[in-house]
Amino acid sequence: MTAISIAFTLNGSPVSVDVDSAERLLDTLRYRLGLTGTKEGCGEGECGACTVHLDGLPVDSCLVPTYQVRGRRVDTVESLDPPALEPFARGGATQCGACTPGVVMTAWWIRDHPELLGTHTLRELMAGNLCRCTGYDGIVDSIGAVLGERGSA
Amino acid sequence: MTVLLPGSERDALEMLAAADGDAVPIAGATDLLVSWPGRLEDHRKTYVDLSGLAGLRPLRWTGDELVLGGLTSYWDVIRDVRVRQEFPLLVAAARQVGAIQIQVRGTWAGNIVNASPAADGVPVLMAYDAVVELESLRGREEVPLDRFYTGYKEMRRRPDQLVVAIRLPRRPYSVQKFVKVGSRRAQAIAKVGLAITRAAAGWRVVAASMAPTIRRCPTIERLLEEGAPVRGPDDLLPAIARDVSPIDDIRSTAAYRKRVMARVLYYELREACGWRA
Repeated sequence: MTAISIAFTLNGSPVSVDVDSAERLLDTLRYRLGLTGTKEGCGEGECGACTVHLDGLPVDSCLVPTYQVRGRRVDTVESLDPPALEPFARGGATQCGACTPGVVMTAWWIRDHPELLGTHTLRELMAGNLCRCTGYDGIVDSIGAVLGERGSA
Repeated sequence: MTVLLPGSERDALEMLAAADGDAVPIAGATDLLVSWPGRLEDHRKTYVDLSGLAGLRPLRWTGDELVLGGLTSYWDVIRDVRVRQEFPLLVAAARQVGAIQIQVRGTWAGNIVNASPAADGVPVLMAYDAVVELESLRGREEVPLDRFYTGYKEMRRRPDQLVVAIRLPRRPYSVQKFVKVGSRRAQAIAKVGLAITRAAAGWRVVAASMAPTIRRCPTIERLLEEGAPVRGPDDLLPAIARDVSPIDDIRSTAAYRKRVMARVLYYELREACGWRA
């Protein structure tokens, strides 16, 4: 294991950190930088609970070696404005809450890129975020509410 | 784990050559990290990280080819309007790789060299007669994808070679199909995958999860070229038995895979081939 010193932009601010070469972005965020909003679910890129944005695209942070984010932009669930998440609470999008940080990160990416809905349905775009409570209708409806397009999925 | 961070493609080639066969190129890292906890031998290897080599990322068009870069991702292809029009199977397959979070990280070249018999990207590339462009300090080499694999996880890439491009000829197609049969559409590994094209160059039928490698099916292609009468899925079983050798594993059984392949072929091609029961 070799250490690598990297600098990147995290939620709009510059950070520098020494990481192990095999370290996952998920662990760097949670255990080195104290941002525990990002959750680990499966640890193998299936459930999407650990979704963060890398240069504006949703990625599973459990599958990103941290050294690869050097010089890049990472945004986590901590970057979101809590009042903006109100539709998720109102729409019953959260049951146990384990998937919610990842769900809202993918939802925010869709919100910022409504053109995606020209080629994809909401359900296809959300296919990488599993809800173990199976509360998908609430999730999809709430994203629809955020988009102001309820029922578009 | 040792990671080398090349500043240029040339640096990367020098690192691979200097490692004398012991360095592994790494791009999106999805295939590596998904098996990381269970594969301790991977922890001792040296990796040459390509993710910073921006020049390898873009796809480009020439008069007669689409050229994917060594780092072109599934998402790069999905978002390209022209690819959607001219090579729709690339988009269809890319949209069934994992989900968005994987599609933005995974690369076509990585899918080729990871050499999974269940790869989603490789069948459609092969059905479009893709050519793999390999580069090393010793020069450039081109290998047609349908001759790239020599056995399970074995391929015509030396450890000092990088896949720097994947070239696809631009042609009119009269048939283009991609079917992936899995437990669900997203986040699933194929039980059976099929990519089928027909152009002036002839039929291409490529099967996934049906043999130790992704492979073309020459007997079925010949049957289609000859316009042999097919009255139902079962008529295709003898040709399937000649072309592929599926196994029983955690995802499916050999018998199921063959039956499904016959049914998919029959119902996808019935109209184009004028087959009547």
